[in-house]
Amino acid sequence: MRKKLKVAILGTGNIGTDLLIKIMRSDYLQCTAFVGRNLLSKGMSKAINLGVKVSDQSIDFLKNNPELYELVFDATTAQQHVMHAKVLKELGKIAIDLTPAKVGILCVPSVNLSEALKDDNINTITCGGQASIPLAYTLGQVHPNIEYIEVVSAISSKSAGPGTRANLDEYVETTEAGIKYFSKCQKSKVMLILNPAIPCIDMQTTIQAIIKNPDMVRINLEINKMVGNIQKYVPGYRLLVPPTYEGGRLIMTVKIKGVGDYLPSYAGNLDIINCAAIAIAEEFSKTKIN
Amino acid sequence: MNTIHIHDVSLRDGSHAISHQLTKEQIIAYCTAANNAGIATMEVGHGNGLGASSIQVGLSKLTDQEMITTAKENLTSTKLAIHVMPGFATINKDLRNAFEWGVDLVRVACHCTEADITERHISYARERGKEAIGALMMTHMASKETLLEEALKMQTYGAEGVVLYDSAGAYLPKDVHEKISFLVPNLNIPVGFHAHNNLGIAIANSLTAIESGAQIIDGAIRGFGAGAGNAQLEVLVAVLQKLGYETGISLYKILDAAEIAQEKIIKELPTINNLSIISGLSGVFSGFSKHVARIAIENNLDPRDIFIELGKRKVVAGQEDLIVEVAIELKNNKINNLKH
Repeated sequence: MRKKLKVAILGTGNIGTDLLIKIMRSDYLQCTAFVGRNLLSKGMSKAINLGVKVSDQSIDFLKNNPELYELVFDATTAQQHVMHAKVLKELGKIAIDLTPAKVGILCVPSVNLSEALKDDNINTITCGGQASIPLAYTLGQVHPNIEYIEVVSAISSKSAGPGTRANLDEYVETTEAGIKYFSKCQKSKVMLILNPAIPCIDMQTTIQAIIKNPDMVRINLEINKMVGNIQKYVPGYRLLVPPTYEGGRLIMTVKIKGVGDYLPSYAGNLDIINCAAIAIAEEFSKTKIN
Repeated sequence: MNTIHIHDVSLRDGSHAISHQLTKEQIIAYCTAANNAGIATMEVGHGNGLGASSIQVGLSKLTDQEMITTAKENLTSTKLAIHVMPGFATINKDLRNAFEWGVDLVRVACHCTEADITERHISYARERGKEAIGALMMTHMASKETLLEEALKMQTYGAEGVVLYDSAGAYLPKDVHEKISFLVPNLNIPVGFHAHNNLGIAIANSLTAIESGAQIIDGAIRGFGAGAGNAQLEVLVAVLQKLGYETGISLYKILDAAEIAQEKIIKELPTINNLSIISGLSGVFSGFSKHVARIAIENNLDPRDIFIELGKRKVVAGQEDLIVEVAIELKNNKINNLKH
């Protein structure tokens, strides 16, 4: 049998709990600790039911039990990750940072997975970043030096937990940095909308760009290829409005349906960032252990 | 005598009506006149507020800095206010600078059920010694109990007032009364109301808000605002004077300011056109109207159908990208229907 990489999850909110359920299915990862601050939280009960080791001692538990795990998924907040990152570095552990703290290398699996594996702190940017950056990167490959790229994501209110809500500013700034870094565009702007509609809306992300004389044939071809690559690790990702040139701007929209692990399928935002984090960790497992 | 605080949104909500193309000359002319008339607070900016200039909701002609500094230079007694939506504007990129440029008061706005995203912006404003007011938008979509819960959060964060926005112009006077009179006794901070005139009752709704205990009322000169416009400010001043309320605003001077605004800024006086009525009935954000009209023409569709479909999807401010999606879907349906 294949040896699985031992991983710990720090943060037991929506993201951490969904991550746990996904890891239970992985052939490459084994969750050996699920740690947070409150043993009574919904996520903790879920983990206890699944028979996973839990603790309410947060980062201190990880400090005191370094033999338990090789890699940590940090699903707390950007402010907390800054502190956690130092501890994990001293312990010689790999950190996959799901907060928008931007401490380590930014990674989108369909774009720079192998490059990111060289680092010991890998940032998964944001849900909107995972949805939009591969497409922005593709546009940048077809048209170098794009003037402006804009990304707006709408997510269901119910899928945004307290950590996400407290980190809206970091969400915006980290996603903007990611768009610029990967697409090499001159300017980027990112917005996030929380929509409380019931029934809940699926996560949707729109990318708009100002490109002079866009090569629509090549753009469509390359975007479709990239969408196929993303679908390999995010099954619910699909192109809703294909690249369209309208009113002097290029516009395209993707919809991300979740698998429905912890939150229902509308929470594509949880799914896409967790799928990305798992794709990175599994690659570690494949290359470092086996 | 009861005092009502009139908050002038002409140079912010009105930006929607001219696709965010305000010029410095226009800001100078109106700020000077309004300051002279005794307006207490003047809000300036892109229609969706600070940091909102974008393809998504419209690119503005002037930068935030140009709008804010121009207004500041021409206001002496009037406080300078801005509208800020977390998710659009961040503290580091936008709000910090806005205070440097001279903003006195910030309305921190969010969709009416999402008050917890305003905490950091409200706290930051208060830490900087600036005034912060919570703004709950699209409030026709939530019950009075939910609105109170959200308003209480804002109060806890340090907001010095909470304003209910009828962003879609969907309220009837009884709705205003129900919600405002429930909030007023349960909050320690003043409550306000921001009307839109889609159904022709912006002034009536504003008066109902006052009778229900609201102390802050938003108005725009000649009604200059998104869609059918806001409560017409000079009319509010006149009506409040007749009812014996104190606003601190000189009626003659605000009427003069209205002339200036009409001559220099307002290309088309706000009217309740067919689209405004449909938009109000379907409960869609007033800021959508220009985008819907344009996209309907481009796709050869009836804009009313687009509004009704948007209403069914319960869109909120900032979801303008859905207009294109809905238009494409309606167009495809039309083609399919022709085939069958």
